[in-house]
Amino acid sequence: MLAPARSRRGTRVLVVTVAALAALLPVLVLAIAAGSSQLGLGDVVRTLMGAGTPSQELIVLELRLPRVLCGALVGAALGLAGALTQTFARNPLATPDILGVTSGAALGAVAAIVLAGGSYSVGAGALTLGLPAAAAIGALGTAAVVYGLSWRSGVDSYRLILVGIGATAALTGVTSYLIARAQLTEASTAAQWLVGSLSGVSWASVWPVLVAVAVLTPIALTQSSTLSVSLLGDDVSTGLGVAVQRHRLVIVACAVLLTAAAVSAAGPIEFVAFVSPQIVRRLAGTARPPLLASAVVGALVVVGADTLSRTVLPGEVPVGIVTAVIGAPYLIWLLTRRKDREMLT
Amino acid sequence: MTVTTTPALAARGVTLAYDQAVVFRELDLSIEPGRVTTLIGANGSGKSTLLKAFGRLLTPSAGGIELDGAPARSLPTRQIARRLAILPQKPLTPSATSVRDLVSRGRHPHQSLLRPWTEQDAAAVADALAATGMTELADRDAASLSGGQLQRAWIALVLAQQTPIILLDEPTTFLDLSHQLDVLHLVRSINAERGATVVMVLHDLSLAGRFSDRLVAVGRGRVLADGPPWEVLTPTVLRDAFDLDARVIADPCTGSPLVVPEDRLTYLS
Repeated sequence: MLAPARSRRGTRVLVVTVAALAALLPVLVLAIAAGSSQLGLGDVVRTLMGAGTPSQELIVLELRLPRVLCGALVGAALGLAGALTQTFARNPLATPDILGVTSGAALGAVAAIVLAGGSYSVGAGALTLGLPAAAAIGALGTAAVVYGLSWRSGVDSYRLILVGIGATAALTGVTSYLIARAQLTEASTAAQWLVGSLSGVSWASVWPVLVAVAVLTPIALTQSSTLSVSLLGDDVSTGLGVAVQRHRLVIVACAVLLTAAAVSAAGPIEFVAFVSPQIVRRLAGTARPPLLASAVVGALVVVGADTLSRTVLPGEVPVGIVTAVIGAPYLIWLLTRRKDREMLT
Repeated sequence: MTVTTTPALAARGVTLAYDQAVVFRELDLSIEPGRVTTLIGANGSGKSTLLKAFGRLLTPSAGGIELDGAPARSLPTRQIARRLAILPQKPLTPSATSVRDLVSRGRHPHQSLLRPWTEQDAAAVADALAATGMTELADRDAASLSGGQLQRAWIALVLAQQTPIILLDEPTTFLDLSHQLDVLHLVRSINAERGATVVMVLHDLSLAGRFSDRLVAVGRGRVLADGPPWEVLTPTVLRDAFDLDARVIADPCTGSPLVVPEDRLTYLS
């Protein structure tokens, strides 16, 4: 990613990545300032430096900062996960949402809310610990099943996508069943959470996704040049000294764990993993979405959509609905463009 | 044939199979260094399978491949990639990738996190582009090239890898005769100038005879004939390996064997 550029395209990737990073900080500050009780940018910066009034400290440090940070981390996790799976399958449709990983994580999380939260009345503290684990188990299990079912001496990306769509349908059915037979309060918690929302976020939700992003991003970045080689096909990659199976395992594990972390923090926020890498790929004009820039743009998309939902849109629409409204037309546009049917390769 | 030096590549009792279908059983074949060896055989004879095994794209179900006398299985794949390059039959050409970027990927086995892109890598890429006549097209999008240009770009990638052994699986497929000659002249010059050991698979027997030091005809799970072009391209071998009735005459241009199929009278009557 940030390795010395060896070509004009490499320079363009660097420019896009630096521009996205430079935009991130002001966007975060703006997002903290915006809301029902409007704060000035100066107030936000002063409070972050530790010189705000007690009421400003409550709003900024306890309410908005965790929400904005969580949104940025969730977006980064989804953007990076999407860039990894899209490159892995050489197809922009191959995102965690479509491959069933998101639905698997959602099923795990809903099961934790409905079963543990209901029957055993586990406190909110235990739930924040149990939810990420349940989401990770759901995501990993789904990924293993989908990958296994698509395997026929190699994984074909269209078979992977079709199996993923099937898995998504089945998992969504099970999730709906769990909600239907749940207690009313748990059911409404789960249903609200399933839309993808940052409204209930506190510091406790930030930590797991922060750890996931902090650990998995560097691991993913070590695979960057190998990902470029993998676009040439398995045989060429092997010829160039890539341990193809090990590389795949690292990519899939990173993508699945990032998705699980994001889903457990904010619910399944649709289309971020699909849209963010594709925006970056078009801006940078590269064969595959650059990883770091995809993560940063993912953060910008989620924080931007959440801020939009808190300020401009009436009645605080959940962020997942905003990203879906933006992302779905983009998906249709991409599908109808003939030139992109060949997708990445 | 007798080999006095250590072979660049050797198959030792190699059995190759896809699932249950055995393609080769207990095959022994040595490739001498510094020469151009071409595998020929009918469709489905397993010549590409054998090349893949030499290039560790296919693991033998029995026996093993030796690289410069050492078992290839004991070597890390990255280390093999610094000694042996393979161009498979249908490589994927990525979109939005310039010829230079594509060829640069050939430096992958020489790079690592601690040793990123260097002047040496840039020199290897420039050298490979020049050798294949692709320097002027270096900034073009690879996906926009013609078939002949694209094949040369892929050969440049393999050259940029700077390995003493190069394996090419049907490097002339889908090219017109003139471009086939371009590619094969390039192969010969790589062999002559860099002393590279080349093993390739070719369909065109006369071109194989013209551009190779040694031909290996395979079929029915074994080596059917092995030797210099004039010893392998004989009517007897052609009937045995290809079920082809043909005369072999001296090529008026080079003196190499030229395969001329007999007229099939049944077709006319």
